Amino acid sequence: MITAEVLAHSAPDGHAGASASNRDVEIRNLRKEYRAGQPVLRDVSVTIAGKGMTAIIGPSGTGKSTLIRCINRLVDPTSGQILFMGRDLATLKGADLRAARRTIGMVFQEYNLVERLSVIENLLCGRLGYMSWWRALLRRFDAADVARAFDLLEAVGLGEMATRRADALSGGQRQRVGICRAIMQNPDLILADEPTSSLDPKTSVEIMEVLEKLAAERGIPVVVNIHNVELARRFADRVIGMSKGMIVFDGPPSALEDHHLIEIYGGKGWLEG
Amino acid sequence: MSTTLPSRTLRDAFPANWTVRALWLGLVLYVIYAASILQITWARFVIGLDQGGKFLGRMWPPNVQAQKVQLITEGMLESLQIAVLATAFGVLLALPLGLIAARNLTPPWASWTARALIALLRTFHPVIVAILFVKAVGFGALAGVLALVVASMGFVGKLFAEAIEEISMKQVEAVRATGAGFLSVLIMGVLPQVMARFVGFIIYQLDSNLRNSTMVGIVGGGGIGATLFTAYQRFDYDVVLTILLVIIAIIMLFEVVSTRIRKVFQ
Repeated sequence: MITAEVLAHSAPDGHAGASASNRDVEIRNLRKEYRAGQPVLRDVSVTIAGKGMTAIIGPSGTGKSTLIRCINRLVDPTSGQILFMGRDLATLKGADLRAARRTIGMVFQEYNLVERLSVIENLLCGRLGYMSWWRALLRRFDAADVARAFDLLEAVGLGEMATRRADALSGGQRQRVGICRAIMQNPDLILADEPTSSLDPKTSVEIMEVLEKLAAERGIPVVVNIHNVELARRFADRVIGMSKGMIVFDGPPSALEDHHLIEIYGGKGWLEG
Repeated sequence: MSTTLPSRTLRDAFPANWTVRALWLGLVLYVIYAASILQITWARFVIGLDQGGKFLGRMWPPNVQAQKVQLITEGMLESLQIAVLATAFGVLLALPLGLIAARNLTPPWASWTARALIALLRTFHPVIVAILFVKAVGFGALAGVLALVVASMGFVGKLFAEAIEEISMKQVEAVRATGAGFLSVLIMGVLPQVMARFVGFIIYQLDSNLRNSTMVGIVGGGGIGATLFTAYQRFDYDVVLTILLVIIAIIMLFEVVSTRIRKVFQ
Protein backbone atom coordinates (compact mmCIF):
# COMPACT_ATOMS: atom_id res chain seq x y z
CA MET A 1 0.00 0.00 0.00
CA ILE A 2 2.57 2.50 1.13
CA THR A 3 5.12 1.65 -1.51
CA ALA A 4 2.57 1.65 -4.31
CA GLU A 5 1.30 5.09 -3.35
CA VAL A 6 4.78 6.50 -3.07
CA LEU A 7 5.91 5.17 -6.41
CA ALA A 8 2.69 6.29 -8.08
CA HIS A 9 3.33 9.92 -7.33
CA SER A 10 7.09 9.96 -7.09
CA ALA A 11 7.78 9.02 -10.67
CA PRO A 12 6.30 12.03 -12.52
CA ASP A 13 7.72 14.51 -10.03
CA GLY A 14 11.24 13.85 -11.14
CA HIS A 15 12.69 12.43 -7.95
CA ALA A 16 12.02 8.80 -8.65
CA GLY A 17 15.75 8.35 -8.36
CA ALA A 18 15.67 8.97 -4.64
CA SER A 19 14.82 5.89 -2.70
CA ALA A 20 11.09 6.05 -2.04
CA SER A 21 11.51 4.31 1.26
CA ASN A 22 14.03 6.86 2.46
CA ARG A 23 12.24 10.09 3.15
CA ASP A 24 14.26 10.85 6.23
CA VAL A 25 14.92 14.49 6.99
CA GLU A 26 18.52 14.82 8.06
CA ILE A 27 19.17 18.10 9.86
CA ARG A 28 22.79 18.99 10.48
CA ASN A 29 23.98 21.83 12.70
CA LEU A 30 20.93 23.94 11.91
CA ARG A 31 21.24 27.45 13.27
CA LYS A 32 18.88 30.37 12.99
CA GLU A 33 19.45 33.86 14.30
CA TYR A 34 16.72 36.41 13.61
CA ARG A 35 19.02 38.94 15.25
CA ALA A 36 22.75 38.44 15.04
CA GLY A 37 24.15 36.81 18.16
CA GLN A 38 20.75 35.69 19.45
CA PRO A 39 20.24 32.18 18.08
CA VAL A 40 16.73 30.72 18.19
CA LEU A 41 18.08 27.38 16.99
CA ARG A 42 21.46 26.44 18.40
CA ASP A 43 23.12 24.07 15.93
CA VAL A 44 20.38 21.46 16.01
CA SER A 45 21.27 18.08 14.53
CA VAL A 46 18.63 15.40 14.24
CA THR A 47 17.38 12.86 11.73
CA ILE A 48 13.62 12.60 11.46
CA ALA A 49 12.49 9.22 10.19
CA GLY A 50 10.67 9.27 6.86
CA LYS A 51 7.67 7.45 8.23
CA GLY A 52 5.05 7.77 10.91
CA MET A 53 4.49 10.81 13.08
CA THR A 54 7.21 12.71 14.87
CA ALA A 55 6.11 15.22 17.48
CA ILE A 56 8.24 18.15 18.53
CA ILE A 57 7.25 19.40 21.98
CA GLY A 58 8.50 22.35 23.93
CA PRO A 59 7.45 25.70 25.37
CA SER A 60 6.49 28.67 23.20
CA GLY A 61 9.40 30.56 21.71
CA THR A 62 11.78 27.63 21.89
CA GLY A 63 12.35 27.35 18.14
CA LYS A 64 9.95 24.51 17.25
CA SER A 65 8.17 26.62 14.70
CA THR A 66 11.43 28.02 13.34
CA LEU A 67 12.78 24.48 13.00
CA ILE A 68 9.98 23.19 10.80
CA ARG A 69 9.73 26.45 8.87
CA CYS A 70 13.38 26.05 7.98
CA ILE A 71 12.51 22.72 6.36
CA ASN A 72 10.18 24.25 3.77
CA ARG A 73 12.14 27.51 3.89
CA LEU A 74 9.37 29.82 5.02
CA VAL A 75 12.30 30.76 7.26
CA ASP A 76 15.84 30.92 5.88
CA PRO A 77 18.32 29.23 8.20
CA THR A 78 21.47 31.11 9.17
CA SER A 79 23.64 28.04 8.74
CA GLY A 80 23.45 24.28 8.61
CA GLN A 81 22.06 21.65 6.27
CA ILE A 82 18.67 20.02 5.80
CA LEU A 83 19.03 16.93 3.64
CA PHE A 84 15.81 15.55 2.19
CA MET A 85 15.24 13.36 -0.87
CA GLY A 86 18.79 13.90 -2.04
CA ARG A 87 18.78 17.71 -1.77
CA ASP A 88 20.02 20.22 0.75
CA LEU A 89 16.88 22.25 1.35
CA ALA A 90 18.84 24.95 3.17
CA THR A 91 20.55 26.18 0.01
CA LEU A 92 17.76 25.91 -2.59
CA LYS A 93 16.68 28.97 -4.52
CA GLY A 94 14.04 29.97 -7.07
CA ALA A 95 12.57 27.18 -9.17
CA ASP A 96 14.46 24.46 -7.25
CA LEU A 97 13.05 25.75 -3.97
CA ARG A 98 9.50 25.80 -5.37
CA ALA A 99 9.94 22.27 -6.73
CA ALA A 100 11.04 21.13 -3.27
CA ARG A 101 8.21 23.00 -1.53
CA ARG A 102 5.52 21.34 -3.58
CA THR A 103 6.64 17.98 -2.20
CA ILE A 104 6.28 19.26 1.37
CA GLY A 105 2.78 19.94 2.67
CA MET A 106 2.20 22.28 5.57
CA VAL A 107 -0.60 22.60 8.11
CA PHE A 108 -0.76 25.84 10.08
CA GLN A 109 -1.89 26.77 13.57
CA GLU A 110 -4.37 29.34 12.28
CA TYR A 111 -5.25 27.20 9.26
CA ASN A 112 -4.10 29.96 6.85
CA LEU A 113 -6.83 29.24 4.35
CA VAL A 114 -7.45 31.89 1.74
CA GLU A 115 -10.60 33.14 3.39
CA ARG A 116 -12.34 34.50 0.34
CA LEU A 117 -11.74 31.43 -1.80
CA SER A 118 -14.12 28.50 -1.75
CA VAL A 119 -13.22 25.33 0.14
CA ILE A 120 -12.50 23.41 -3.04
CA GLU A 121 -10.33 26.26 -4.37
CA ASN A 122 -8.36 26.14 -1.14
CA LEU A 123 -7.76 22.42 -1.63
CA LEU A 124 -6.71 22.98 -5.23
CA CYS A 125 -4.17 25.56 -4.04
CA GLY A 126 -2.19 22.45 -3.12
CA ARG A 127 -1.73 21.83 -6.86
CA LEU A 128 -0.38 25.28 -7.74
CA GLY A 129 3.22 24.10 -7.70
CA TYR A 130 2.41 21.66 -10.49
CA MET A 131 0.63 24.02 -12.89
CA SER A 132 1.09 27.30 -14.72
CA TRP A 133 -0.30 30.55 -13.38
CA TRP A 134 -2.71 31.15 -16.23
CA ARG A 135 -4.44 27.85 -15.51
CA ALA A 136 -4.87 29.06 -11.94
CA LEU A 137 -6.24 32.37 -13.19
CA LEU A 138 -8.82 30.64 -15.38
CA ARG A 139 -9.44 27.97 -12.70
CA ARG A 140 -8.56 25.32 -15.27
CA PHE A 141 -7.40 22.74 -12.77
CA ASP A 142 -6.64 19.20 -13.83
CA ALA A 143 -9.88 17.18 -13.81
CA ALA A 144 -8.20 14.36 -11.88
CA ASP A 145 -7.08 16.85 -9.20
CA VAL A 146 -10.58 18.27 -8.89
CA ALA A 147 -12.02 14.76 -8.55
CA ARG A 148 -9.42 13.94 -5.91
CA ALA A 149 -10.23 17.15 -4.05
CA PHE A 150 -13.91 16.23 -3.90
CA ASP A 151 -13.05 12.72 -2.69
CA LEU A 152 -10.81 14.14 0.03
CA LEU A 153 -13.53 16.50 1.21
CA GLU A 154 -15.95 13.58 1.39
CA ALA A 155 -13.38 11.63 3.38
CA VAL A 156 -13.11 14.37 6.02
CA GLY A 157 -16.86 14.91 6.12
CA LEU A 158 -16.95 18.24 4.31
CA GLY A 159 -18.44 17.10 1.01
CA GLU A 160 -21.33 19.52 1.38
CA MET A 161 -19.01 22.47 1.92
CA ALA A 162 -17.04 22.29 -1.34
CA THR A 163 -18.33 25.52 -2.85
CA ARG A 164 -18.79 27.44 0.40
CA ARG A 165 -16.35 30.22 1.12
CA ALA A 166 -13.64 29.23 3.60
CA ASP A 167 -14.58 32.02 6.00
CA ALA A 168 -17.97 30.35 6.51
CA LEU A 169 -16.34 27.35 8.22
CA SER A 170 -15.71 26.63 11.90
CA GLY A 171 -12.18 26.21 13.25
CA GLY A 172 -12.24 22.42 13.13
CA GLN A 173 -13.66 22.44 9.61
CA ARG A 174 -11.01 24.91 8.49
CA GLN A 175 -8.21 22.75 9.81
CA ARG A 176 -9.61 19.74 7.95
CA VAL A 177 -9.45 21.84 4.80
CA GLY A 178 -5.90 22.85 5.73
CA ILE A 179 -4.90 19.19 6.05
CA CYS A 180 -6.60 18.33 2.76
CA ARG A 181 -4.73 21.16 1.03
CA ALA A 182 -1.45 19.65 2.23
CA ILE A 183 -2.53 16.15 1.11
CA MET A 184 -3.48 17.52 -2.32
CA GLN A 185 0.21 18.27 -2.89
CA ASN A 186 0.94 14.52 -2.88
CA PRO A 187 3.73 15.42 -0.50
CA ASP A 188 6.71 13.36 0.60
CA LEU A 189 6.46 15.04 3.98
CA ILE A 190 3.87 16.95 5.95
CA LEU A 191 4.84 19.66 8.41
CA ALA A 192 2.22 20.66 10.95
CA ASP A 193 2.85 23.76 13.04
CA GLU A 194 0.70 23.62 16.18
CA PRO A 195 -2.27 22.31 14.18
CA THR A 196 -4.53 22.03 17.23
CA SER A 197 -3.55 25.05 19.32
CA SER A 198 -6.49 27.15 18.13
CA LEU A 199 -9.01 24.37 18.72
CA ASP A 200 -10.95 22.97 21.66
CA PRO A 201 -9.76 19.65 23.22
CA LYS A 202 -12.31 17.45 21.49
CA THR A 203 -11.77 18.99 18.06
CA SER A 204 -8.01 18.80 18.64
CA VAL A 205 -8.18 15.03 18.98
CA GLU A 206 -10.41 14.76 15.90
CA ILE A 207 -7.99 16.85 13.87
CA MET A 208 -5.02 14.76 14.98
CA GLU A 209 -6.95 11.64 13.99
CA VAL A 210 -7.70 13.05 10.54
CA LEU A 211 -4.06 14.08 10.08
CA GLU A 212 -2.75 10.71 11.23
CA LYS A 213 -5.23 8.74 9.13
CA LEU A 214 -4.82 10.64 5.87
CA ALA A 215 -1.03 10.63 6.17
CA ALA A 216 -0.76 6.98 7.21
CA GLU A 217 -3.01 5.80 4.37
CA ARG A 218 -0.61 7.44 1.94
CA GLY A 219 2.57 6.61 3.82
CA ILE A 220 3.47 10.26 4.26
CA PRO A 221 5.71 11.06 7.22
CA VAL A 222 4.44 13.86 9.48
CA VAL A 223 6.42 16.24 11.66
CA VAL A 224 4.12 17.99 14.08
CA ASN A 225 4.89 20.80 16.49
CA ILE A 226 2.64 20.49 19.43
CA HIS A 227 2.76 21.83 22.94
CA ASN A 228 0.07 19.49 24.21
CA VAL A 229 2.08 16.64 25.70
CA GLU A 230 -0.92 14.30 25.95
CA LEU A 231 -1.68 14.64 22.23
CA ALA A 232 2.00 14.08 21.43
CA ARG A 233 2.04 10.91 23.56
CA ARG A 234 -1.15 9.64 22.02
CA PHE A 235 -0.38 10.15 18.34
CA ALA A 236 3.38 10.29 17.87
CA ASP A 237 5.73 7.41 17.21
CA ARG A 238 8.58 9.52 18.40
CA VAL A 239 8.85 12.64 20.54
CA ILE A 240 11.53 15.30 20.26
CA GLY A 241 11.67 17.69 23.18
CA MET A 242 13.13 21.13 22.64
CA SER A 243 14.18 23.77 25.08
CA LYS A 244 15.95 27.07 24.40
CA GLY A 245 16.76 26.19 20.80
CA MET A 246 18.23 22.79 21.57
CA ILE A 247 17.01 19.21 21.55
CA VAL A 248 16.87 17.89 25.11
CA PHE A 249 14.83 14.73 24.60
CA ASP A 250 14.53 12.32 21.71
CA GLY A 251 12.77 8.99 22.00
CA PRO A 252 9.52 7.06 21.93
CA PRO A 253 6.54 8.54 23.85
CA SER A 254 6.79 5.73 26.39
CA ALA A 255 10.27 6.94 27.39
CA LEU A 256 9.03 10.45 28.10
CA GLU A 257 8.99 10.88 31.86
CA ASP A 258 8.20 13.72 34.22
CA HIS A 259 11.84 14.66 34.70
CA HIS A 260 12.13 15.12 30.93
CA LEU A 261 9.08 17.36 30.92
CA ILE A 262 10.57 19.42 33.73
CA GLU A 263 13.72 19.80 31.70
CA ILE A 264 11.77 20.76 28.57
CA TYR A 265 9.22 23.13 30.07
CA GLY A 266 10.96 24.14 33.31
CA GLY A 267 9.37 24.27 36.76
CA LYS A 268 7.20 21.44 38.02
CA GLY A 269 4.13 23.07 39.55
CA TRP A 270 2.16 22.47 36.34
CA LEU A 271 2.71 18.71 36.47
CA GLU A 272 -0.05 16.94 38.34
CA GLY A 273 0.81 14.82 41.36
CA MET B 1 -16.13 64.15 53.81
CA SER B 2 -14.72 64.35 50.31
CA THR B 3 -15.53 67.98 49.67
CA THR B 4 -11.92 68.99 49.26
CA LEU B 5 -10.63 68.85 45.70
CA PRO B 6 -7.92 66.27 45.16
CA SER B 7 -4.53 67.86 44.92
CA ARG B 8 -3.30 68.25 41.32
CA THR B 9 0.15 67.41 42.46
CA LEU B 10 -0.98 63.90 43.27
CA ARG B 11 -2.12 62.59 39.89
CA ASP B 12 -3.22 64.22 36.67
CA ALA B 13 -4.95 62.01 34.13
CA PHE B 14 -4.95 64.74 31.47
CA PRO B 15 -1.65 66.63 31.61
CA ALA B 16 -1.47 69.78 29.47
CA ASN B 17 0.29 69.27 26.16
CA TRP B 18 1.87 72.65 25.46
CA THR B 19 3.17 71.67 22.03
CA VAL B 20 -0.37 70.91 20.80
CA ARG B 21 -1.71 74.13 22.31
CA ALA B 22 1.01 76.17 20.64
CA LEU B 23 0.24 74.55 17.28
CA TRP B 24 -3.49 75.36 17.60
CA LEU B 25 -2.71 78.95 18.58
CA GLY B 26 -0.37 79.28 15.60
CA LEU B 27 -3.08 77.99 13.24
CA VAL B 28 -5.67 80.50 14.54
CA LEU B 29 -3.21 83.39 14.21
CA TYR B 30 -2.32 82.38 10.65
CA VAL B 31 -6.01 82.22 9.59
CA ILE B 32 -6.58 85.75 10.91
CA TYR B 33 -3.40 86.99 9.20
CA ALA B 34 -4.28 85.38 5.84
CA ALA B 35 -7.82 86.78 5.87
CA SER B 36 -6.53 90.30 6.58
CA ILE B 37 -3.89 90.12 3.82
CA LEU B 38 -6.43 88.93 1.23
CA GLN B 39 -8.93 91.58 2.42
CA ILE B 40 -11.62 88.99 3.07
CA THR B 41 -14.09 91.01 5.15
CA TRP B 42 -17.76 90.61 6.02
CA ALA B 43 -18.71 93.66 3.91
CA ARG B 44 -17.00 92.15 0.87
CA PHE B 45 -18.86 88.88 1.46
CA VAL B 46 -22.24 90.68 1.56
CA ILE B 47 -21.56 92.41 -1.77
CA GLY B 48 -20.64 89.00 -3.20
CA LEU B 49 -23.90 87.45 -2.00
CA ASP B 50 -25.85 90.20 -3.74
CA GLN B 51 -24.05 89.45 -7.04
CA GLY B 52 -24.70 85.74 -6.55
CA GLY B 53 -28.43 86.34 -6.16
CA LYS B 54 -28.61 88.24 -9.47
CA PHE B 55 -26.59 85.47 -11.17
CA LEU B 56 -28.94 82.75 -9.94
CA GLY B 57 -31.91 84.80 -11.13
CA ARG B 58 -30.51 84.90 -14.66
CA MET B 59 -30.04 81.11 -14.68
CA TRP B 60 -33.70 80.29 -14.27
CA PRO B 61 -35.43 78.71 -16.09
CA PRO B 62 -33.02 76.15 -17.60
CA ASN B 63 -32.68 76.29 -21.38
CA VAL B 64 -34.18 73.22 -23.07
CA GLN B 65 -34.17 74.26 -26.74
CA ALA B 66 -33.73 71.21 -28.99
CA GLN B 67 -30.51 72.59 -30.48
CA LYS B 68 -28.97 73.23 -27.06
CA VAL B 69 -30.11 69.87 -25.75
CA GLN B 70 -28.44 68.12 -28.69
CA LEU B 71 -25.22 70.04 -28.06
CA ILE B 72 -25.30 69.11 -24.39
CA THR B 73 -26.07 65.46 -25.15
CA GLU B 74 -23.12 65.20 -27.50
CA GLY B 75 -20.80 66.85 -24.96
CA MET B 76 -22.05 64.67 -22.16
CA LEU B 77 -21.61 61.46 -24.18
CA GLU B 78 -18.07 62.49 -25.00
CA SER B 79 -17.36 63.13 -21.32
CA LEU B 80 -18.76 59.72 -20.48
CA GLN B 81 -16.48 58.08 -23.05
CA ILE B 82 -13.48 60.01 -21.74
CA ALA B 83 -14.28 58.83 -18.21
CA VAL B 84 -14.72 55.17 -19.16
CA LEU B 85 -11.61 55.03 -21.36
CA ALA B 86 -9.46 56.84 -18.80
CA THR B 87 -10.65 54.51 -16.03
CA ALA B 88 -10.07 51.37 -18.12
CA PHE B 89 -6.53 52.26 -19.15
CA GLY B 90 -5.69 53.95 -15.87
CA VAL B 91 -6.71 50.91 -13.82
CA LEU B 92 -4.94 48.51 -16.17
CA LEU B 93 -1.71 50.45 -15.69
CA ALA B 94 -2.32 51.01 -11.97
CA LEU B 95 -2.61 47.27 -11.34
CA PRO B 96 1.06 46.37 -11.89
CA LEU B 97 2.17 49.72 -10.48
CA GLY B 98 0.26 49.25 -7.23
CA LEU B 99 1.46 45.67 -6.96
CA ILE B 100 5.11 46.64 -7.31
CA ALA B 101 4.61 49.51 -4.86
CA ALA B 102 3.28 47.14 -2.16
CA ARG B 103 6.16 46.76 0.28
CA ASN B 104 5.10 43.34 1.57
CA LEU B 105 5.47 41.60 -1.80
CA THR B 106 8.35 43.26 -3.61
CA PRO B 107 11.96 44.09 -2.70
CA PRO B 108 12.53 47.65 -1.37
CA TRP B 109 14.27 48.99 -4.49
CA ALA B 110 11.26 48.04 -6.65
CA SER B 111 8.59 49.27 -4.27
CA TRP B 112 10.31 52.59 -3.67
CA THR B 113 10.74 53.17 -7.40
CA ALA B 114 7.04 52.48 -7.95
CA ARG B 115 6.14 54.71 -5.01
CA ALA B 116 8.20 57.56 -6.43
CA LEU B 117 6.44 57.17 -9.78
CA ILE B 118 3.03 57.20 -8.07
CA ALA B 119 3.98 60.33 -6.13
CA LEU B 120 5.08 61.98 -9.39
CA LEU B 121 1.79 61.06 -11.11
CA ARG B 122 -0.13 62.52 -8.18
CA THR B 123 1.86 65.74 -7.97
CA PHE B 124 -0.24 67.84 -10.34
CA HIS B 125 -3.94 68.46 -10.40
CA PRO B 126 -5.67 66.85 -13.43
CA VAL B 127 -6.33 70.32 -14.88
CA ILE B 128 -2.61 71.08 -15.04
CA VAL B 129 -1.90 67.65 -16.56
CA ALA B 130 -4.73 68.25 -19.04
CA ILE B 131 -3.19 71.58 -20.10
CA LEU B 132 0.14 69.80 -20.67
CA PHE B 133 -1.52 67.12 -22.81
CA VAL B 134 -3.57 69.67 -24.79
CA LYS B 135 -0.31 71.40 -25.65
CA ALA B 136 1.40 68.07 -26.39
CA VAL B 137 -1.23 66.19 -28.44
CA GLY B 138 -3.62 68.97 -29.41
CA PHE B 139 -7.21 69.90 -28.53
CA GLY B 140 -9.80 67.19 -28.10
CA ALA B 141 -10.82 64.10 -26.21
CA LEU B 142 -7.43 62.36 -26.48
CA ALA B 143 -5.78 65.00 -24.28
CA GLY B 144 -8.61 64.62 -21.75
CA VAL B 145 -8.29 60.84 -21.70
CA LEU B 146 -4.51 60.99 -21.24
CA ALA B 147 -4.80 63.50 -18.40
CA LEU B 148 -7.30 61.34 -16.56
CA VAL B 149 -5.25 58.17 -17.19
CA VAL B 150 -2.40 59.85 -15.35
CA ALA B 151 -4.69 60.85 -12.49
CA SER B 152 -6.21 57.34 -12.30
CA MET B 153 -2.82 55.61 -12.32
CA GLY B 154 -1.58 57.73 -9.46
CA PHE B 155 -4.64 57.52 -7.29
CA VAL B 156 -5.71 53.92 -7.92
CA GLY B 157 -2.09 52.75 -7.87
CA LYS B 158 -1.68 54.19 -4.41
CA LEU B 159 -4.94 52.66 -3.17
CA PHE B 160 -4.03 49.27 -4.68
CA ALA B 161 -0.64 49.34 -2.97
CA GLU B 162 -2.19 50.19 0.39
CA ALA B 163 -4.86 47.49 0.06
CA ILE B 164 -2.22 44.89 -0.78
CA GLU B 165 -0.11 45.96 2.18
CA GLU B 166 -3.04 45.27 4.51
CA ILE B 167 -3.67 41.67 3.43
CA SER B 168 -3.08 38.70 5.70
CA MET B 169 0.39 37.38 4.95
CA LYS B 170 -0.53 34.10 6.63
CA GLN B 171 -2.78 33.25 3.70
CA VAL B 172 -0.05 34.23 1.24
CA GLU B 173 2.50 32.20 3.18
CA ALA B 174 0.31 29.10 2.96
CA VAL B 175 -0.06 29.39 -0.81
CA ARG B 176 3.68 30.03 -1.13
CA ALA B 177 4.37 26.92 0.94
CA THR B 178 2.66 24.75 -1.69
CA GLY B 179 5.48 25.59 -4.10
CA ALA B 180 3.35 28.00 -6.16
CA GLY B 181 5.20 30.51 -8.33
CA PHE B 182 4.97 34.27 -7.80
CA LEU B 183 2.09 34.83 -10.22
CA SER B 184 0.14 31.85 -8.88
CA VAL B 185 0.60 33.22 -5.35
CA LEU B 186 -0.77 36.55 -6.56
CA ILE B 187 -3.75 34.94 -8.26
CA MET B 188 -4.75 32.53 -5.50
CA GLY B 189 -3.30 34.13 -2.37
CA VAL B 190 -3.38 37.90 -2.88
CA LEU B 191 -6.10 38.69 -5.41
CA PRO B 192 -8.97 37.00 -3.52
CA GLN B 193 -8.12 39.10 -0.47
CA VAL B 194 -8.19 42.44 -2.29
CA MET B 195 -10.65 41.88 -5.13
CA ALA B 196 -13.70 43.36 -3.40
CA ARG B 197 -11.74 46.45 -2.38
CA PHE B 198 -10.24 46.80 -5.86
CA VAL B 199 -13.72 46.83 -7.38
CA GLY B 200 -14.64 49.53 -4.88
CA PHE B 201 -11.62 51.62 -5.87
CA ILE B 202 -12.32 51.20 -9.59
CA ILE B 203 -15.92 52.32 -9.16
CA TYR B 204 -14.74 55.26 -7.08
CA GLN B 205 -12.23 56.22 -9.75
CA LEU B 206 -14.84 55.94 -12.50
CA ASP B 207 -17.03 58.22 -10.40
CA SER B 208 -14.15 60.62 -9.93
CA ASN B 209 -13.24 60.51 -13.63
CA LEU B 210 -16.86 61.20 -14.53
CA ARG B 211 -16.66 64.44 -12.53
CA ASN B 212 -13.21 65.32 -13.80
CA SER B 213 -14.15 64.58 -17.42
CA THR B 214 -16.67 67.42 -17.22
CA MET B 215 -13.80 69.69 -16.29
CA VAL B 216 -10.90 68.79 -18.62
CA GLY B 217 -12.98 70.31 -21.44
CA ILE B 218 -12.52 73.75 -19.91
CA VAL B 219 -8.83 73.65 -20.85
CA GLY B 220 -9.45 72.02 -24.24
CA GLY B 221 -9.53 68.34 -23.31
CA GLY B 222 -12.94 67.59 -24.89
CA GLY B 223 -16.32 66.73 -23.42
CA ILE B 224 -19.11 68.70 -21.79
CA GLY B 225 -16.61 71.05 -20.13
CA ALA B 226 -16.01 72.83 -23.43
CA THR B 227 -19.73 73.41 -23.89
CA LEU B 228 -20.05 74.59 -20.30
CA PHE B 229 -17.16 77.01 -20.63
CA THR B 230 -18.52 78.45 -23.90
CA ALA B 231 -21.92 78.98 -22.26
CA TYR B 232 -20.28 80.85 -19.35
CA GLN B 233 -18.34 83.10 -21.71
CA ARG B 234 -21.44 83.89 -23.74
CA PHE B 235 -23.39 84.66 -20.54
CA ASP B 236 -25.89 81.91 -21.49
CA TYR B 237 -26.54 81.20 -17.84
CA ASP B 238 -29.76 79.28 -18.58
CA VAL B 239 -27.69 76.83 -20.68
CA VAL B 240 -25.16 76.62 -17.82
CA LEU B 241 -27.97 75.58 -15.50
CA THR B 242 -29.17 72.87 -17.90
CA ILE B 243 -25.65 71.47 -18.12
CA LEU B 244 -25.20 71.53 -14.36
CA LEU B 245 -28.52 69.74 -13.85
CA VAL B 246 -27.57 67.05 -16.39
CA ILE B 247 -24.21 66.53 -14.64
CA ILE B 248 -25.93 66.25 -11.26
CA ALA B 249 -28.43 63.73 -12.67
CA ILE B 250 -25.68 61.56 -14.18
CA ILE B 251 -23.55 61.58 -11.04
CA MET B 252 -26.59 60.66 -8.92
CA LEU B 253 -27.57 57.89 -11.32
CA PHE B 254 -24.05 56.48 -11.20
CA GLU B 255 -24.15 56.56 -7.40
CA VAL B 256 -27.16 54.22 -7.48
CA VAL B 257 -25.56 51.93 -10.06
CA SER B 258 -22.24 51.75 -8.21
CA THR B 259 -23.93 50.76 -4.95
CA ARG B 260 -25.51 47.83 -6.80
CA ILE B 261 -22.20 46.77 -8.36
CA ARG B 262 -20.42 46.89 -5.02
CA LYS B 263 -23.00 44.55 -3.49
CA VAL B 264 -22.34 41.95 -6.19
CA PHE B 265 -18.62 41.83 -5.36
CA GLN B 266 -18.88 41.74 -1.58
